[in-house]
Amino acid sequence: MARFSPENLAHARLLLSLYPEPRSALLPLCHLAQAQDGWLTPEAMEQVAELVGVTPAEVLGTASFYDMLHTSPVGTYLIGVCTNLACLLAGGEELLRHAERSLGVAPGATTEDGMFTLEEVECVAACDRAPCAAVNWRYFGPLGPDAFDELVGQLRAGALAAEVPAHGVLSRVRRRRGLATTTEEVAAERRAADEERAARASAKAAEAQGSGDGGSRS
Amino acid sequence: MTTPSPSPSPSGAAEVGGGAAQAGASGAAAGDSGAAPQEVTITLDGREVAARPGELLIAAAERAGVYIPRFCYHPRMRQVGMCRMCLVEVKGPRGFSLQPACFQPVANGMEVRTESPAVKKAQDGVLEFLLVNHPLDCPVCDKGGECPLQDQTLTFGPGETRFVEEKRHWSKPIPVSSLVELDRERCIQCDRCTRFAKEVAGDPFITFQGRGDHTEVNTFPDRPFASYFSGNTVQICPVGALTASAYRFKARPWDLEQVESTCTTCALGCRMVVQSSSGEVVRHLGVDDEAVNHSWLCDKGRFAFEASTAPSRRTHPLLRSDARLRPVSWQVALSEVAGRLRAVLATDGPGAVGVLGGARLTNEDAYAWAKLAKAVIGTDSVDAQLDDGLPAELVAGLPPATIADACAAKVLLFLGPDPREELPVLFLRLRGAVRDHGLDLVELSPVDTSLTDLARASLRYRPGQLVDLVRQLLGSLPPANPAVAAARDRLVAGGGEGVVVALGRSSIAESEEQTVAAAGLLRRMLPGATFLPLLRRGNVRGALDAGLAPGLLPGRQRLADGGAFATAWGGLPGAPGRGARALLEAAATGQVRALFLLGADPLSDFPDRSLARRALEAVELVVSVEAHPNASSEHVDVVLPAAAPSERAGTTTNCEGRLSPVGQKVVAPGLAWPDWAIAVELAAALGADLGFASPADIVAERARLAPLFAGVTSAVLAGTVGRMGALLPLRGRGPDGELGEWPAGATGGLERLDPMAVPGIASVESQGAPSEAGVVRAAGPVVAAPVGGRMAAGDDGPAALLSWEPPEALPATPPVDAYSLRLVAARRCYDGGTAVQASPSLAALAASPALRAHPSELERLGVASGTKVAVRAAPGRLELVLEADAGVPKGVAVLGAVPPAADAPGASALVRAGDPVTEIRLETLEAG
Amino acid sequence: MSAPSTSSPPAIVTGRLGYPDSHTFERFLATGGYEGLRKALRLHPEDVAAEVSASNLLGRGGAGFETGRKWSLLPAGKPVRYLVVNGDESEPATFKDHMLIERDPHQLLEGIVIAAYAIGAAQAFLYIRGEFALGLERVEQALEEAYAYGAVGRDIFGSGFSLDIVVHPGAGAYICGEETALLESLEGKRGFPRIKPPYFPAAIGLYGEPTIVNNVETMSNLPWIVTHGGAAFAALGQGRSTGTRIFALSGHVRRPGNYEVEMAKTTFRELIEAEHLGGGVREGRAVKAFVPGGVSSPWFFPEQLDMPLDQDEVGKAGAMLGSGAITVMDDTTCVVRASWRIVKFFWRESCGQCTPCREGSGWLEKVMHRIETGGGREEDLDLLLDVADNISPGLSWPPAQTTICVLGPSIPPSVCSALSRYRDEFLTHVKEGRCPFPEEAR
Ligand SMILES: Cc1cc2nc3c(=O)[nH]c(=O)nc-3n(C[C@H](O)[C@H](O)[C@H](O)COP(=O)(O)O)c2cc1C
Ligand code: SF4
Ligand code: FES
Repeated sequence: MARFSPENLAHARLLLSLYPEPRSALLPLCHLAQAQDGWLTPEAMEQVAELVGVTPAEVLGTASFYDMLHTSPVGTYLIGVCTNLACLLAGGEELLRHAERSLGVAPGATTEDGMFTLEEVECVAACDRAPCAAVNWRYFGPLGPDAFDELVGQLRAGALAAEVPAHGVLSRVRRRRGLATTTEEVAAERRAADEERAARASAKAAEAQGSGDGGSRS
Repeated sequence: MTTPSPSPSPSGAAEVGGGAAQAGASGAAAGDSGAAPQEVTITLDGREVAARPGELLIAAAERAGVYIPRFCYHPRMRQVGMCRMCLVEVKGPRGFSLQPACFQPVANGMEVRTESPAVKKAQDGVLEFLLVNHPLDCPVCDKGGECPLQDQTLTFGPGETRFVEEKRHWSKPIPVSSLVELDRERCIQCDRCTRFAKEVAGDPFITFQGRGDHTEVNTFPDRPFASYFSGNTVQICPVGALTASAYRFKARPWDLEQVESTCTTCALGCRMVVQSSSGEVVRHLGVDDEAVNHSWLCDKGRFAFEASTAPSRRTHPLLRSDARLRPVSWQVALSEVAGRLRAVLATDGPGAVGVLGGARLTNEDAYAWAKLAKAVIGTDSVDAQLDDGLPAELVAGLPPATIADACAAKVLLFLGPDPREELPVLFLRLRGAVRDHGLDLVELSPVDTSLTDLARASLRYRPGQLVDLVRQLLGSLPPANPAVAAARDRLVAGGGEGVVVALGRSSIAESEEQTVAAAGLLRRMLPGATFLPLLRRGNVRGALDAGLAPGLLPGRQRLADGGAFATAWGGLPGAPGRGARALLEAAATGQVRALFLLGADPLSDFPDRSLARRALEAVELVVSVEAHPNASSEHVDVVLPAAAPSERAGTTTNCEGRLSPVGQKVVAPGLAWPDWAIAVELAAALGADLGFASPADIVAERARLAPLFAGVTSAVLAGTVGRMGALLPLRGRGPDGELGEWPAGATGGLERLDPMAVPGIASVESQGAPSEAGVVRAAGPVVAAPVGGRMAAGDDGPAALLSWEPPEALPATPPVDAYSLRLVAARRCYDGGTAVQASPSLAALAASPALRAHPSELERLGVASGTKVAVRAAPGRLELVLEADAGVPKGVAVLGAVPPAADAPGASALVRAGDPVTEIRLETLEAG
Repeated sequence: MSAPSTSSPPAIVTGRLGYPDSHTFERFLATGGYEGLRKALRLHPEDVAAEVSASNLLGRGGAGFETGRKWSLLPAGKPVRYLVVNGDESEPATFKDHMLIERDPHQLLEGIVIAAYAIGAAQAFLYIRGEFALGLERVEQALEEAYAYGAVGRDIFGSGFSLDIVVHPGAGAYICGEETALLESLEGKRGFPRIKPPYFPAAIGLYGEPTIVNNVETMSNLPWIVTHGGAAFAALGQGRSTGTRIFALSGHVRRPGNYEVEMAKTTFRELIEAEHLGGGVREGRAVKAFVPGGVSSPWFFPEQLDMPLDQDEVGKAGAMLGSGAITVMDDTTCVVRASWRIVKFFWRESCGQCTPCREGSGWLEKVMHRIETGGGREEDLDLLLDVADNISPGLSWPPAQTTICVLGPSIPPSVCSALSRYRDEFLTHVKEGRCPFPEEAR
């Protein structure tokens, strides 16, 4: 389904309320759409555009800057093999080549059954587990060829469903509250604090002045 | 030294200006009155030069004669500093470092090197990098020969590229709209087109997509770059990535000739060059003019030249015989017209002859026709407007405001048609003024327009109730809501000093009386306010100034005051004649028997189609002086083929009263003649001598007889003033004693045109186009001229011009009928108008002929958007598609004034001329 | 192999990580959680800031700027201030923020509230690298708990101070770690770094308002600093390099991982070789080269192994501690291949604004790849240096730049390091028309 479900639409509105300007919710809403549909559909981009008040071209222009947002369909599992320096030194390239052979697809492509999309990714900050791979951004490593095949087997068998949610789902914990304080309250609070700071500063200055004067008099 | 936030915010966005670029100026400097120094000194390559405080280094250096290469910088847009071509060395606390000159505001004492080895290496490096992924297909590229990348590579580049790897590939050109094609391989990511779309036009339908060296410009799938301004992106693209479908493969730059001119597609008068190849116009490019268009054109103005070579173009005189128009010789046509005209004059006198139209003409054409009508034929029933404008005396007689005044107004009160539809580049100017310095725009409109989102207040009134709203704004009626009250307070403060009223007719389904009365109230109650008339159609202002209006003579003189004309013209009509509506009414009842149409198409353009039809059917002799056939052609007896824009030279006057040249670049096809010549020959056929053997004769007589044109001699027109355009009347005396509008602070010569600001123009100029092509220069820098208000006519000035006396009585407010909707009929940029329909690139873009109403009105009828319904109004019944539009208030419905297809019924089928408002009733088809 | 450092410094940010449930609210409270915040709220905000200044806490995001001084750049009297916390950690081989986010999210939140209180921020945004799915989940969970506990939200712990924190997921773009690109991204735009000056977003930041951007690890230090005082932190380390710091150790070491050690008192060698730290180079091999502080830095070689982990010392030696990522390459490493991979990273991650970065990165990558795969020419070596020089004129350190942000000048250092030290290895590639290293050892 391309348009936000009622539940997701409600969450989208909550996300929008968290930012001083609606456009800031653009990436969170794209993530939300991707969590719902598995990829960022044109219809979703149009709806995000409407919600944040920009044109669909601006949503696509922004989303396409970011590697995680997929504007064409991907497999159930997106497997990203890291080949950056730490993994390279530990055999990341070899792991990627193995993954290509094992899955039968080149990086960027999806297996025929729609299960797996293979990607060569940049460092995913799991270098203590090099060479590693991310499956829907859940990390596995160090992975030799056998460990990789076992992982793929488990994924196929659905054995890792609890650890690895569907593509697009990042946090399974969703914020439930809006902002606790209104913009006006915050502004008033900050103004008061700033006045207080200013008063403190001038008091300090006066103090310094006083002692300075005292010094020169003696 | 302060630097603006690189992220644009409405208030913080840097103001950009041509030669006087303020981009990057910290708002503070501009705001501090008095205290800020007028000039700073910088050291440029060891030489001390003066610069304006806060000015960008790239602009300051340019004025000092040092041209720093650039790609992304454009003086009319926010600078982004992305291409890195403009790197120069600037001295800082830690010595010299490379800085982008387009992002550096000058500061006093700044030391800059633009030619050091480090700078040279950086610039070579950037050029070489730009060519890494740029295909070297120059021989087949449209931009070859006028390509800034090519030029700068030759001037600044390293010569050979050392890049031997495979370049990036994109599939070949893709259409981003029906007017513009994009070759992404050639793109150098300068952000000019995308910045233009978002910042200037407000149409961000093209954006950067992807990242790094895979960044491409593109649209959202199936959502084309539908902008009235898309052609500007082609003009400012520094490579051949964006091309106009209308120009692709048409010509090579070295075959081009050009002449500077003024667009007469609407009454704004954008400055442009017309380029031709092998005797055919192939391209219009905007010229940077501070006063009017800031280098932009709308797509209609840019592409409508296609019409002049349309197959339907009139090329021969035509005479109706056996119900068909057949080609004849000029001699036959003219003697036929003269003979039949003489017969009418002999039996019914000059009052039985009328002349409609004239907005298509040059000022000189219009003058010749005014003389022919008023002095030779003897009729004053002459009207350049078709009951869709404002009374000529009002236009001529209100205290004038310029476009620049409107943009700089304390409050701009806008009551008129949607400028994006009717005066497109005015919309860009207003949008820029709101964006750059928060212009306080108050819009009065019956429906949402393109200004609604920009306006500080957008106030709605129901057709027929404009006067009530204006009275609330002036404090003579209690305000209907707080928004009105707030606007009122800002408006009336200081007697309206600094207030500019942009005044036009929002709808032709209302008679003019509400607008006229509103203007009168504003004139009386805000004595300090000035007025910018928003007129419909090309040179309508020039036609009115030439006397193509009842009761007027050339140069804003009343017929009654006769002046020098009474004697020089050997007699004038005794009494004021009929305006367009009266003329057609008289024609319909047989009182007018001969009618000249000067490019006018009453069936399409007159608000009441039924009256127009009855008139045309009744008139015995209809003579159309036209370049293209139109809906009224079926009623025409004689067609006299006229020259189109770019086929004759002369001047035009825009809505603010600015005179500027229209250039000739090609010769008219077939036997088409300039309108002035047709007037001369027709006069001769009538046995009279207009006394004009060339437009120069007209210019001379006009300068002699018409006070407004005092000093507007051929010499002045050929000089600076004429090229830049000048507000009339001219004021002050220039260096060589000529009367003229001499801008304060003009440095004498005109400044060099930045080849990067409008790439296509400078290249043609620099290759030494034939002398008759004229020299194009940026009018930009000279413009800092005090544009606000004109000098009162003094010793040097002309005789008093007419001023308008507002009517005392206010029109009645028509009572609301709860069962009806009030019709708003307005023109759309792309509609059934001749220029659009005869230009293949534009015709397909014509707007849908649907009636639009608030969704609740559809609910009430129980129909879905897109359903055909019956529409009843006084003149008759129509069937129209009804569309829901939340921007249309309840109780109102909107319909395009000129339907895209000649046979599709438009608003004029529902309007009864002279009715204060047009009430319509909707019925479902089953019910109806 | 040298002995491990004698004194054992306090574990300032990793103290809780020994517990398998370190990320839970219960464990956090049981181990002194939110005590630093309570103490801070009893102090005047300026005094909190003063403690941070006294600690001389250097930013842990890469540039190593004094946190207290950065805060003092906020213009006075402007009521809207934002705190933006940079959790976009994408510098290759850096994985310390990832760990702090996943394993001690409450400590991070506590640090954020303390910082917000000290600078008077109205709202804090925690920008977390989108790929950190588990981290995002843990932080969202912790945030719910913190709101419920009263440590975030309205009237925190009855102090009258209120703060909302919003967790903002990134979406996969290294450049968004650069603070002004991060702000653009947070505004819902493409992550294009903004032109400097202004050099800090303090005056013109998020939505054009005064904004402080600080790194996750920087924030995570604050609870300890407030609890123990800035002086206690400054007592650790040496010179400007005070306190402890997490170093992310990777590559050819036996025990890759994050190690919190006292700054300036520990050397690269100790970090790499100590048994309780890196445990030495794998298979007892020799160090050929190492990345001292993220792949943006020039490399170090065996002779720098005994240099202390001191920001200024490393800077003087022509490199940087940067993000605290140290990657060791042993003598089986093909430096052409290693530096090619780093260049490839910058090519893939260039935002594309600046011509030299956008085109130069791809050009270098292509030439390097050609050399590595046997298609190199001898003149390519000078070409590499000249192209690099056109991105970062002079190829000196700290780098000069022709670009908007420092991603541009981060492209050449690895290539130039490898080329200047192991030119012969490049030449061997060219001469033999192939990579001389055996496939499995590379
Ligand atoms: C290309 C580039 C990438 C960066 N990536 C990160 C990053 O991932 N995380 C981070 O905290 N800082 C990163 N930085 C540094 C930030 O710009 C900024 O200096 C830092 O977040 C400030 O926090 P600190 O003062 O606490 O260190 C990066 C800088 C550059 C130029
Ligand atoms: S240097 Fe590279 S990453 Fe940085 S702004 Fe320029 S193009 Fe973007
Ligand atoms: S960076 Fe200055 S012109 Fe492009």
